[in-house]
Amino acid sequence: MLEAPPAPFPLLSAHALSKRFPGVVAVDNVSLELRAGEVHALLGENGAGKTTLISMLYGLVPPDEGYVSLFGEPVRLRAPKDAIARGVGLVAQHFMLVSRHTVAENIALGLPGTPFFRPTRRLKRRILELGKRYGLNVDPNAYVYELSAGEQQRVEIMKALVRNAKILILDEPTGVLTPQEADGLFEVVRRMKGEGHGVIFITHKLGEVLDVADRITVLRKGAVVGTLPREGADATTLARMMIGRDVVLSRVASAPPRPGLVLELSGVSARNDRGVVVLKDISFRLREGEILGVAGVAGNGQLELAEVLTGHRHVTAGSVSLAGRELGRASIRETFERGVAHIPEERNGVGVVPGLSVGENLALRHYRYPPFSRGGLLNAAATQRFAEASVREYGVSTPSLQTRTGRLSGGNIQKLVLARELSERPGGAVKLVVAAHPTYGLDIGATEQTHRMLVGERDRGAGVLLISEDLEELFRLSHRIIVMFGGKVMGIVEAEGADRGLVGLMMAGGTPKGTYA
Amino acid sequence: MELESWLVSTVARSLAFSTPLLWAALGEIYAERSGVVNLGVEGMMILGAIAGFMAAQTTGSPLLGIVAAASVGGLAGLLHAFIAITLRADQYVSGLALTILGLGLAGLVGRAYVGVPLSNPMQAVTVPGVTSLPVVGPALFTGQHLLTYAGLIVAVLLSVLLFTTRLGVVIRSAGESPAATDALGINVIKVRYLCVVFGGVMAGIAGAYLSLAYRPSWTEGMTAGMGWIALAIVIFAAWRPVRAIFAAFIFGACFHLAFRLQEVFPPEFLQMLPYLVTILSLTLIALGRGGRQAGAPAALGVPYTRGER
Amino acid sequence: MLKLGGWRLEPRPEPSRALVFAVSVGAVLAALFVTGLIFWAYGHNPVTAYRDIFVSTLGNFRGFAEVLRKTIPLLLAGVGLVLAFHAQFWNIGAEGQILAGAVAASGVALFVPVGAPWLLILMFAAGFLGGAVWGLLPALLKVRLGVSEIITTLMLNYVALYGVQYLIYGPWKGLSTRGMPISDTFVPAAWLPTLTGTRLHWPTLLLGVLLAGAVLFLLTKTTLGFETRVLGQSPKAARYAGINLGRTTALLVLVAAGAAGLAGVGEVAGLHHRLVEPAQLSLGYGYTAIIVALLARGNPLAVVLTALLLGWVSATGDVVRVTLRLPAEITGVISGLILLFLLASEPLLRYRWRRVGREAIPVPVTAPVQEGGR
Repeated sequence: MLEAPPAPFPLLSAHALSKRFPGVVAVDNVSLELRAGEVHALLGENGAGKTTLISMLYGLVPPDEGYVSLFGEPVRLRAPKDAIARGVGLVAQHFMLVSRHTVAENIALGLPGTPFFRPTRRLKRRILELGKRYGLNVDPNAYVYELSAGEQQRVEIMKALVRNAKILILDEPTGVLTPQEADGLFEVVRRMKGEGHGVIFITHKLGEVLDVADRITVLRKGAVVGTLPREGADATTLARMMIGRDVVLSRVASAPPRPGLVLELSGVSARNDRGVVVLKDISFRLREGEILGVAGVAGNGQLELAEVLTGHRHVTAGSVSLAGRELGRASIRETFERGVAHIPEERNGVGVVPGLSVGENLALRHYRYPPFSRGGLLNAAATQRFAEASVREYGVSTPSLQTRTGRLSGGNIQKLVLARELSERPGGAVKLVVAAHPTYGLDIGATEQTHRMLVGERDRGAGVLLISEDLEELFRLSHRIIVMFGGKVMGIVEAEGADRGLVGLMMAGGTPKGTYA
Repeated sequence: MELESWLVSTVARSLAFSTPLLWAALGEIYAERSGVVNLGVEGMMILGAIAGFMAAQTTGSPLLGIVAAASVGGLAGLLHAFIAITLRADQYVSGLALTILGLGLAGLVGRAYVGVPLSNPMQAVTVPGVTSLPVVGPALFTGQHLLTYAGLIVAVLLSVLLFTTRLGVVIRSAGESPAATDALGINVIKVRYLCVVFGGVMAGIAGAYLSLAYRPSWTEGMTAGMGWIALAIVIFAAWRPVRAIFAAFIFGACFHLAFRLQEVFPPEFLQMLPYLVTILSLTLIALGRGGRQAGAPAALGVPYTRGER
Repeated sequence: MLKLGGWRLEPRPEPSRALVFAVSVGAVLAALFVTGLIFWAYGHNPVTAYRDIFVSTLGNFRGFAEVLRKTIPLLLAGVGLVLAFHAQFWNIGAEGQILAGAVAASGVALFVPVGAPWLLILMFAAGFLGGAVWGLLPALLKVRLGVSEIITTLMLNYVALYGVQYLIYGPWKGLSTRGMPISDTFVPAAWLPTLTGTRLHWPTLLLGVLLAGAVLFLLTKTTLGFETRVLGQSPKAARYAGINLGRTTALLVLVAAGAAGLAGVGEVAGLHHRLVEPAQLSLGYGYTAIIVALLARGNPLAVVLTALLLGWVSATGDVVRVTLRLPAEITGVISGLILLFLLASEPLLRYRWRRVGREAIPVPVTAPVQEGGR
C-alpha cells in the first residue's frame, strides 16, 4: 500500500466539539483528527451522534462549543460552501443529486470557473481523467436517474474530487450498495489514500471498518468511547465498545412461553414499494406469552416485517399464520379485527393525528365499530366513556379529552397509542402485539411504563414482537431474539445468557462462524 | 389554388394567434423550471395589455408601450414571487389571486379606453427575400408583426439558455432539487425570483401584443382565457421552449379553425381541445408514457425552506 | 432563523382562534383600505364612497336582497370547497361544476315533462349529479394516478364553458329567442319562487344554509367526517387506521362538486330561467368561492359569514357603477386584494416574535477563529 509523505499537521481536526439540541446533548466534547493518507472510521449505533458530528465538520450546523481546524488553521464554517471551498467533500446518505440532470451537469452545478456556454464540455474530460486516476467509472453523459445507487455515489465522490476535496466524508456509504459495489468503493477509497487524501468513513458495520479503516473512533451517546488503530481492533472489542457493557439492566422475570402458537411465518418474502426484495425467506414462530425481540440496524427489513404482520404490505412468497389461521391478503382493518395491535415506529403523524383531540385519537381504530358508531353516525358518549377509561387505566396525563394530541409529551402520546392498541376490539382481545421502537425518544419513566404494559400483555397470553435498536431493551424483555440483516434472519438466540458481542456481530452482517455476509 | 390560399391564410392567422400564447408560455416555462408555478398568467397578461395600450396611446410609441407592458408584468410577477417565495404561501392560490386582481384592475383602469382605437399601432412587417417562396413565404413571412418573429427567435434563445448554459443548469436545478442546489452554494431564492419576474415580463409582452398589434385597441377581458392556455402549453410542451412553439401553434390553430370552420363544425369542440389535451398529457405523464424527461420539475409548487438552523 | 435586535422570529405552535379571526378580519380590512385608496385616486372621498355603498347594499331591503342573491352560489360552492379542502383536494374547478350543474338542471327543465313540484326536485338532483360528474374525472385521476387536481379541475372549467356555449349556440338554442344564444325559457314549474319585489330565490339560500349545517354534521358527527379529518391532517395516519384513502377522497369530492352543481341549479331556476352564456351564468362564482372557503378556514358554518361578505363585495359592483360611476370590475380588485392579504398574513399565524434570552446567544468559540469562505 502506498504511504503518503507525513504532513506537518492533520488535514482536519475537531477540537472538543459539542452540540446540544433541546433536551439532548447530541455531540459531547468530541475531538478527532484526520491525517493525510488515512481512512478514519467513525463507528457507532444510530443516535450515537455521528450525523451531528459530520454536520459540524461540513458547516451544516454550528458547534455550541469547540472548533474545527482544516490544514492546521482554525476555521468557522458558516455553510457547506465554506467547507467545499476549503477542500472538504461530503457524500451524504441521501444523495444530493438532481436526478433529471446528466452526471456532468450535476458536477458543473455551482462549480467556480465553468464557462457560461456549454459548461460541461471541458468538465467531461476532467471527469474521465479523474475517473481513471481513482478507479471511479462514471459516464458524464448519463442521466442520474438511469444510474444505480452505487453509480450515483460515484458521482457524489466525483463532485467532491472535481472541487479538489482533500478531505472526503462518507456517511454510511455502503448502506445502499451491493457487496460488489462496496468492494469497488473500498478500492476507490484506497486509491484516494494513495493520493494523499484523508477519508472519514462513517458506519455501523464492523466488517467494513476492519476492511478499510486505518484508525477507528467509536462513538456512543454523543461521546468518544475510544480511538483505536486498526491493528489493535477486533470485531468483538468494537462491538462491545459500540453497544456498551457498563449498564446491564436486570431481566424482567418471566414465565416460559405457553405452548399455543400465536404467529408462524414460513419462508416469507416481500418487496418494498420500489419492487426491491426486502424480506427474504423469513421463518419463525411466536408462542403465547412470549416476547420475541427483533434486533437489527435500521433498514434491514424489520419495519417491512411489521408491515407484513399488520396488513400494510402483502407477502410475495411464503405464509403467515395468525393463531392458526392464514393471514393471506388481510387488510389493515382485518388484522386489527383479528387481534393484531400495532405500535408504529412513527408516533406523531402515524400513531396519532397531532391535530385531533386526545379522545378522537383514542378512537382512531375503533370509531367504525359499535358502540362507537352505528349506521355511520358517531356515538360521542361511547367514545367519551372509552376515552375516559383509557386515560385513567393507562395514566395518560392530559388537560382534557378535548386537548390537541400534538400538545402532549412523547411519553403520553405513546401511552395513548398503547391504550388504544391494547384495548379490546370487535374480534376479541389482542393476540399479537407488533411494537416498533416503542420506547424510542422516551424518558426513563415512560420507557419503564411501556415495558410494563408489554410485559402485561405477555403475561395475559398475547405474543409480543418487539422491534428495537436498543439491545438493552431487547435483552431485558425478550425470551428470544431474532437478528435481522439485509432482509434475512441471521440467527435466533435465547436472550438469557446470550453473548452480546455475537448479536452485535450478526447485526453487522456477520455469522456466528465469523464470516461476513 | 383555392386550397393553397386557404392554407396560407390559415397558417398565417394561426401563427398570429399563437404569438401571445407563445410569449406567455415561454415566461411560465422559466418560472416553473425554477420551481414556482404561477396561475396568474392571465392576470399579468391583461395588465400588460392595458399598460401597453395606455403607454402607447399617451406617448405615441408602440415600443414604449411594450416596455411599459413588460414592466407592469414584471411587477405583477414580483408580487407573486414575494408571496410564493418569501412568504412561502400557497403558490396556486397566490397566482389565482393575481389573476382575479389583474382582471379587476385592468377593467377598472381600462374603462376610459374602451372603444378607442390605438392611434399608432404596431405595423406588420414583411421579411424581404423570402416572400416569393411558395405557400411558406406568404404564410409565414408576410403581414406578421415583429413580436411574432421575435417570439420564435426568443423561444430558440431561451431553449439554448436553458439547456446549454451554466445559468440554465442552475435554473433547472432550482426547480428539480433546491436542496442539492443550495448545498452547492447557489442562492435558490434569487434564482426563483429572477425566473418568476421574467415570467411576468413575458406575460406582459404577450398582453402588449394583443392590445398594440393583434387588435390595436382595448377591450375588457381581451385576453379571454389565453393565460390558462399558456399554462396548458407549458404542460403539453413538457416544459421545453422550442416545443412550446409547436404547442402554441397547434393551440392557436385550434382557435383559429374554430372560428374559420364554424359554418361546418361546432367551434366549441376545437376550443375545448387544448384543455382536454392538457388533461390527457398529464394523464400520460402519470402513466409513465411521456418518458422520464416529460414530467413537471420535481420541486414544482413546493416552497423552499432551508433546514432550520 | 431571522433575528432582529433582541427579537427572534420563531415558529408558533398553534395560533389561537381569536388570533386567526383577528388576522382574517385584518386581511379584509386591509383590502378595503386599499380599495378606499383607489376610490380616492378616482376623485371620490373614500368615507362617503363607502357610506354610499353601505347604504345601498345594507341600508335597504332590496339592496340587501341583492347581497343575499349573490351570496347563494358562493355559499353552496363554498361549503363544497370546505369539504374538499378538508380532504386535501384543491378543487379549483367549482366554476366548471357550477356550469355542469346548470346544464344538467336545464336539460331536465327543457326536456323532462313532469309537473311541479317534481320538476324542481328533479332539477336539483340532476344539478347535483352534473356537478359531481364534473368532479369525478379529476378525483379519479388524483386517486388512481396521482395527477394534480389543481390543473385538471382548472382545465375542466373551460371545457364546461365551451360546452355551455355549444349548447346555447347549437342544439339547445331557443326557437323563440330571435337568434340570441340562449335556450328557450323554462316552463313555470321550473321556476324557483323569489321574495316579492326582489330577485332573491330564497329556497336556494335556505338549501345553502342547510347544506352548511349538513356538512358541519357530516364532519363532526359521522364516521365519514371523522375519516375526512384524519386523512386531511395525516394521510399516513389514515392508512394506519385502516381508512380507504381513495374511496373516501372520491366520495367527498363528489359531494363537494355536487354542491357546486346545486349553485348552478339556483342560477338557472331562480334567476335566468333558461340556459344563458357562461359568463352571465356564473360571474366567476367558482373562483370567488375559493376565497370564501379559505377565509372560512375549514369551518362550514363560517362559510355562511364569508359567503355573505364576498356576496356583499359582489353586490357592490352594481352600486359602484351607479353611484361612483366606476366600472363593476372593482369587485375583482376587492376580491383579489382580500385573497392576497389573506395569503400575506399567513406568516403571522405561523410565526411569532420572541425576545431572545441571554442564554440563547451562542457561546463564543474559545479559539482564535478565522472566517471561512472567501
